[in-house]
Amino acid sequence: MRTADQTLDEILALAAQHFKVPREKLTPDDDFFKTLKIDSLQALDLLTRLEHHFHVELPDYELQGVTDFRTLAGRIQARL
Amino acid sequence: MLNLDQYSSLGAVLREALDRYANETCLIESDRDRERTRLTYSDFKDMALPLARALEDTEFRANDRAAIIMTNQSKWLISAYAIFHCGGVLVPLDYKLSADEHLQLLEHSQATVLVVEFHLWRAIMQSPDFKDHKLHTVLVTEAPPSADLGGAFRWEEFRRKGDPVFKPRLRADVACIVYSSGTGGRPKGCVLTHENYLEQCKALTAWYPFWPGVRYLSILPTNHAIDFMVGFIGPFVCGACVVHLRTLRPEYVRDAFVRYRITYVSLVPMVLKNLERGLKAKLQALPGFQRTIFRQLVAVNKFFTGWKPDVRLSRMLLPQVHRAFGGQLRTMFTGGAFIEASTLQFFYDLGVPIANGYGLTEAGTVLTVNDLKPFRADTVGKALPGVELRVLSPDEEGVGEIAARSKTIMSRYLNDPELTAQTIVDGWLLTGDLGRFDGDGHLQLLGRKKNMIVTEGGKNIYPEDIENAFEGINVKEFCIFAANFIWPAKELGEEMLVLAIRLETGQEFSEALKQEIDQRNRKLPDFKRVGGYVLWERDFPRTASMKIKREMLAQEISKALSRAAMVQL
Repeated sequence: MRTADQTLDEILALAAQHFKVPREKLTPDDDFFKTLKIDSLQALDLLTRLEHHFHVELPDYELQGVTDFRTLAGRIQARL
Repeated sequence: MLNLDQYSSLGAVLREALDRYANETCLIESDRDRERTRLTYSDFKDMALPLARALEDTEFRANDRAAIIMTNQSKWLISAYAIFHCGGVLVPLDYKLSADEHLQLLEHSQATVLVVEFHLWRAIMQSPDFKDHKLHTVLVTEAPPSADLGGAFRWEEFRRKGDPVFKPRLRADVACIVYSSGTGGRPKGCVLTHENYLEQCKALTAWYPFWPGVRYLSILPTNHAIDFMVGFIGPFVCGACVVHLRTLRPEYVRDAFVRYRITYVSLVPMVLKNLERGLKAKLQALPGFQRTIFRQLVAVNKFFTGWKPDVRLSRMLLPQVHRAFGGQLRTMFTGGAFIEASTLQFFYDLGVPIANGYGLTEAGTVLTVNDLKPFRADTVGKALPGVELRVLSPDEEGVGEIAARSKTIMSRYLNDPELTAQTIVDGWLLTGDLGRFDGDGHLQLLGRKKNMIVTEGGKNIYPEDIENAFEGINVKEFCIFAANFIWPAKELGEEMLVLAIRLETGQEFSEALKQEIDQRNRKLPDFKRVGGYVLWERDFPRTASMKIKREMLAQEISKALSRAAMVQL
């Protein structure tokens, strides 16, 4: 079982890889829309990637209102 | 297709469609790659009538109002029909609003019945204002077995045996109250009649017909005027099929085109651009010689389809592209927000006809659509049959405010005669959008007169609705504008909101204030965020009742500061 910190760390690494940005540029409390310069569909694309990685399924509405990596990690951790 | 002139209401024409096309498939619902539901018109009727009968037992009467807050799914349409069968007025609300906003609009619309998905109802029940709601009956879909529903009923169990009485309505009666904005400020509930919808449907299907066997992919929210029309009323009165996806993940949207061999789809610019990015990446990944051949085939397709689309030819020339769209796609509709001409041209050149249109909730659904005779990437098309458009007070370039007159124009704003009188003048709807006509009767949109923005996702955002989110920030006063309202630009695109700030005397714009604004901004959904701020050194002009004179303030700022004075957030 992953710890919350491990989950968060893996999400940051996957987001960096998915959107081709240096990992060190991302921090847990970043507004990912702003930092990654993405729209809500690209955020959903990332969510699909994360689901495959963590083997969980999150409905789209779980992402509604989520803007930072830490909260996103919390939503995923709750389903692990 | 049913002859819409023979029917006086949406309920009447839908009722006839359920019998006429009984054995045709009307709805498919898919969750990712799992098909959940497939209904014929006959199945649909079997699900809707017991619901209508149960509604009757709750004293839901003709002209009573019932709201729906749901994502796109079959229960949305089944519930809507049951409401119309009972003669009710439908209030479709945007599921992406917050729980507080939902409660505000439920209160404003005076809805007595609510049909809502469980996760949304759970959020509404947690709102501090929940205890004051005046709902009489709440039906919750897909609730877990042990969930506390706070007195609501389970949609799946809410049904009664026996035939419900069909309540006829007149064309002039109210069919829907659709909110175009106004959760934070002044709710704009567009009151649309049965005639508005029947005439809109007639005009749209004259140019883009449906028939049994057509499959329409419903991606835009059904509460949105476009999807309500082309993802419900239009297909149903023609016996066509609507495909609902329970997710907007681009991966599954792309799969749905192929799995369900989609005929038509409506997309907002954001989704279209996402598809464009995906296709371009695939083309770029082709080996060099294949890419060259592909480009030559695109050029041949362009040559033969320049004056008129020919999807059969395009499918032969560019089969790999058309296979990716399921091989049956006839037209993609887009609109609701600015879209770059290059994106439209990209799809058309690949042989995917794309029809750009223009409309607003106040006008029913759509005023203009590209008729593809020939395709034009630089306009929003021509006026639909029955729609009159004119440019008010045109300048030397022919640009002015667009006014519209047609049987599709709403009757009024709910409970707001003053705003109605400002918006509908002598039967003409003042759209607040700026544009001009070219020699071929095509409309070009060139900006906005009104203080609002439209996002790439097709959302209308009114600055007044955002101001609550910044209430109490440590400044003397503030106001939010659409940047183009302060600094008019004769073009659309790149629209953003700007925060005008008046600091206290001697106060400086500190890092702490910047952080406070950032924090407030982040609490807003991404499409509602403020993009920048300007500092203003005079008190805001106000009315006797201390309301900010927004237009005057915008003019003052515009005179004194250029757009470059705006600091990005």
